Amino acid sequence: MTAVRDAVAGILGRPLLRIHNVAKNFGKNVVLRDISLDVAEGEFLTILGESGSGKTTLLRIIAGFESASAGEVWMGDEQLDRQPPYRRRVNTVFQHYALFPHLTVEQNVAYGLRVAKRPEAEISSRVAEALGKVKMSAHAKSKPSKISGGQQQRVALARALVNRPRLLLLDEPLSALDANLRRQMQVELKSLQREVGISFIFVTHDQEEAMVMSDRIALLRSGELEQVATPREIYGRPSTAYAAQFIGHTNLLKGEVRDGISRCGPLTWQTTLPDGPVLLSLRPENVRLAAENTVLSNGVRVRGKVLHQAFHGATELIRVDCGDGLVLVVRTSGSGGALDAVDLEFSAADGVLVRESPERI
Amino acid sequence: MEFLVSDAKLVSGSRWLLFHAVAVFAFLYLPIAVLILYSFNRDGVGGFPPHHLTLDWYRTLFADGPIWDSVLNSLQVALAAMAISLTFGVPAALALERAQFPGKALFRRLVLLPLILPGIITGLSLLMLFNVTGTKLSLMTIVLGHGTALISVATTEVFAGLQTLDRAQEEASLDLGANYWQTFWRITVPNLKLPIIGAALLIFTLSMDEIAVSFFLIGRDNTLPLEIWGRLRRGITPEINAVSTIIFLFSLIAIVLWYRLRMRREATSEAGTELVGAVEGNAL
Amino acid sequence: MFSRAYKATVTLPPLLWVTAFLLAPYLLMFCYSFWSVSPTQSIVHSWNFDNYAQLLRVDVYWQTLLRSMWIAARVTVFSLLLGYPLAYFLSFYAGKKKDLLYQLVIIPLWVSYLVRAYAWKTILGSDGVLNTLLQYVHLTKHPLEFLLYSPFAVVLTLTHIYTPFAFLPIYAALEHIPRNLVEASHDLGATPGQTFWKVIFPLSIPGVLAGATFAFVLSLGDFLAPLLLGGPSGIMISNIVVSLFGAAYNWPLGAAISLCMLLLVVGLLFFSERLEKKWSFS
Repeated sequence: MTAVRDAVAGILGRPLLRIHNVAKNFGKNVVLRDISLDVAEGEFLTILGESGSGKTTLLRIIAGFESASAGEVWMGDEQLDRQPPYRRRVNTVFQHYALFPHLTVEQNVAYGLRVAKRPEAEISSRVAEALGKVKMSAHAKSKPSKISGGQQQRVALARALVNRPRLLLLDEPLSALDANLRRQMQVELKSLQREVGISFIFVTHDQEEAMVMSDRIALLRSGELEQVATPREIYGRPSTAYAAQFIGHTNLLKGEVRDGISRCGPLTWQTTLPDGPVLLSLRPENVRLAAENTVLSNGVRVRGKVLHQAFHGATELIRVDCGDGLVLVVRTSGSGGALDAVDLEFSAADGVLVRESPERI
Repeated sequence: MEFLVSDAKLVSGSRWLLFHAVAVFAFLYLPIAVLILYSFNRDGVGGFPPHHLTLDWYRTLFADGPIWDSVLNSLQVALAAMAISLTFGVPAALALERAQFPGKALFRRLVLLPLILPGIITGLSLLMLFNVTGTKLSLMTIVLGHGTALISVATTEVFAGLQTLDRAQEEASLDLGANYWQTFWRITVPNLKLPIIGAALLIFTLSMDEIAVSFFLIGRDNTLPLEIWGRLRRGITPEINAVSTIIFLFSLIAIVLWYRLRMRREATSEAGTELVGAVEGNAL
Repeated sequence: MFSRAYKATVTLPPLLWVTAFLLAPYLLMFCYSFWSVSPTQSIVHSWNFDNYAQLLRVDVYWQTLLRSMWIAARVTVFSLLLGYPLAYFLSFYAGKKKDLLYQLVIIPLWVSYLVRAYAWKTILGSDGVLNTLLQYVHLTKHPLEFLLYSPFAVVLTLTHIYTPFAFLPIYAALEHIPRNLVEASHDLGATPGQTFWKVIFPLSIPGVLAGATFAFVLSLGDFLAPLLLGGPSGIMISNIVVSLFGAAYNWPLGAAISLCMLLLVVGLLFFSERLEKKWSFS
């Protein structure tokens, strides 16, 4: 993780936000343990985790609504955690938008500028610009109760961005939207971020969303950072079993290496790994239905019985019982029709070594 | 949420608020404190500082026959009023929450009006009714007055309880084959137990203290407040302080009980909301 | 969803009772206000506007009404000034102690009105606690007369009684404000003070209106405090009504005044409700 941080710092200059050893507990309940993370300028970082992982708490610490029990947060030369929320150059898009019901859309967006006592002319033009960016200009005079959830979300965005913060925090802003609108907003948010050029920290529990939008993902589990990497890296090289399983589907192969032979249930193959127990993550798309004649180099073959076929539109996920307690999930292009007994094969090189993820209290 | 605790500047603002809050509490409780203190004062009310603390006035109080008669009267009235208010208030709440009928808006306003209307108007209007129908004034007329005025209390409590009632429970009951009456007795009423008990407690306490309506509907027998009122006209003795202190203690117990009941009721519905929130991943 | 028989059983009894004991009495009062009283102290059922004419003509009636409204207005303002910051403190600053403090506020509400009014009487009298205390610490030489048997005493006592009444709806309204709105306001750069005036107060206005209505209406119609503490200068309109139904035996006139009060109250409620709706945003 340190290596990645340094790499990021090296490529993009000094990080915008530095979180040093932040911990948080509510009474006896430990929510965050020793979090250290850097956010680069102009980066779209997603904090990904299940409910209870501490992701919202971390966001709230950055925003200033909670104070850390230990550790520091620095933005540039300022120690952020010493300042109340209204003095930080950070703005938040709240999960349920938190639009002021007694103000119009326009007045909502103008709020931060009004409070900062900017001149009227400047307020008008900046508000108009912000509304235009989120395509809500037509609704400027409406009250929040009269517009839809998706529209409220755009207004919340405009309201935050119009203040030109150095960092924008988004607390699961898309979770209340239905699937199609959600996908649309993901694309819009991403392009908005590129356009505006400021760092976004996005919190979500939806791993697909994280992968689509992020420059980097910080996977949080029970208050600790499991892995911080780009989406491709997390997907292709998950560092732990949890990371492998949380993001996308995977097969976790638990096995034993002895004298250069890896054994996992009915499977065996040659390996250069040292002796000892191993845990491998194998993505379903790396497992193929074997045709009779093709033999993969370094390939592992096994025969099994189909338990279940799940149609996912573009692909199909097939669960196969390979005997000896091993069940493999295979992703195919979904044109195979109903299957019964199949031959599977995969390349041993596609298995990624991952660490165990023990239960955390 | 740690609201504004960390910033030093904010504390000064909230310090004024704290000071104000303490001052208001002092204002609210000062008279009561004085009352209690002077109930032990041998030399009567007034006269600071009090010397010679004694229990004499309490002794006088316990030997005072008419006071205890009036207490008995008040208890009877309160229980009877409770019965009336609940008998008509609970169905009224159900009717308002569920049924549509002509004149519903007027009905709702009428039922809730005595809550905010000065007692004198409720009392006088009923007095005129009893006069026209030739009813003699007695404890019975007071019961009718209290019962009518306090229907609004029963209705508001039960109505609030109905709002938090999960419709799905009743629908599930119907789905499983129970008819409307069975559903009512097996599901609706048990869920209304807490609001009804809370309302009963409140009605009882309010009736015991009621004076404005009772003032006009009184016959030969006094209720406790009216007995005290009569004494006050004749002159102040700390015996009044003693009886007031006792009234305060009972009210205190009653209200704390009512509040606990209300909290218990809200906790059960709160648990449901928390569950939903957790499921939606809102927690952390 | 419910059968018609069920609805009828549930609706009819309260409907009948309310008609008999609430609606009919008000209508009766309406009728009485148009009758007169004969010299032999019996009610004459001749219909006329005499009572209302008298109300307008005779000074003491509408002057007392105005004085009552002025007293009620002061009580309302003071109750709000005392009750609002208290509610704000409880709702936003009290944290875990919120529940306990709330109970402490509502307890005085249920302690007998008579008891509390009487307590003030013992405090404010010329031989009362306050006066003897002031003399004891040598702040004054003679008892302060204005403390008791004056409009001051009435306003003070009624403020004491009705501050919790004003507090309740304000507190409820403040509790109703989603906390994320406050966070959003801070997030956008507003200090707690700015947040209060721009977000919290506007959203609490329906509560303030309800509290003000309660305090005003109930203190307007109060007759006990003036009777105990008001003295001749502190008489309010309800005292006049009480005497008209008592010693000054003139039920029709009393009914006329009561009806005016009823209409005033209903009018205020209606007006207040309209305002509340205008200011409610959820």
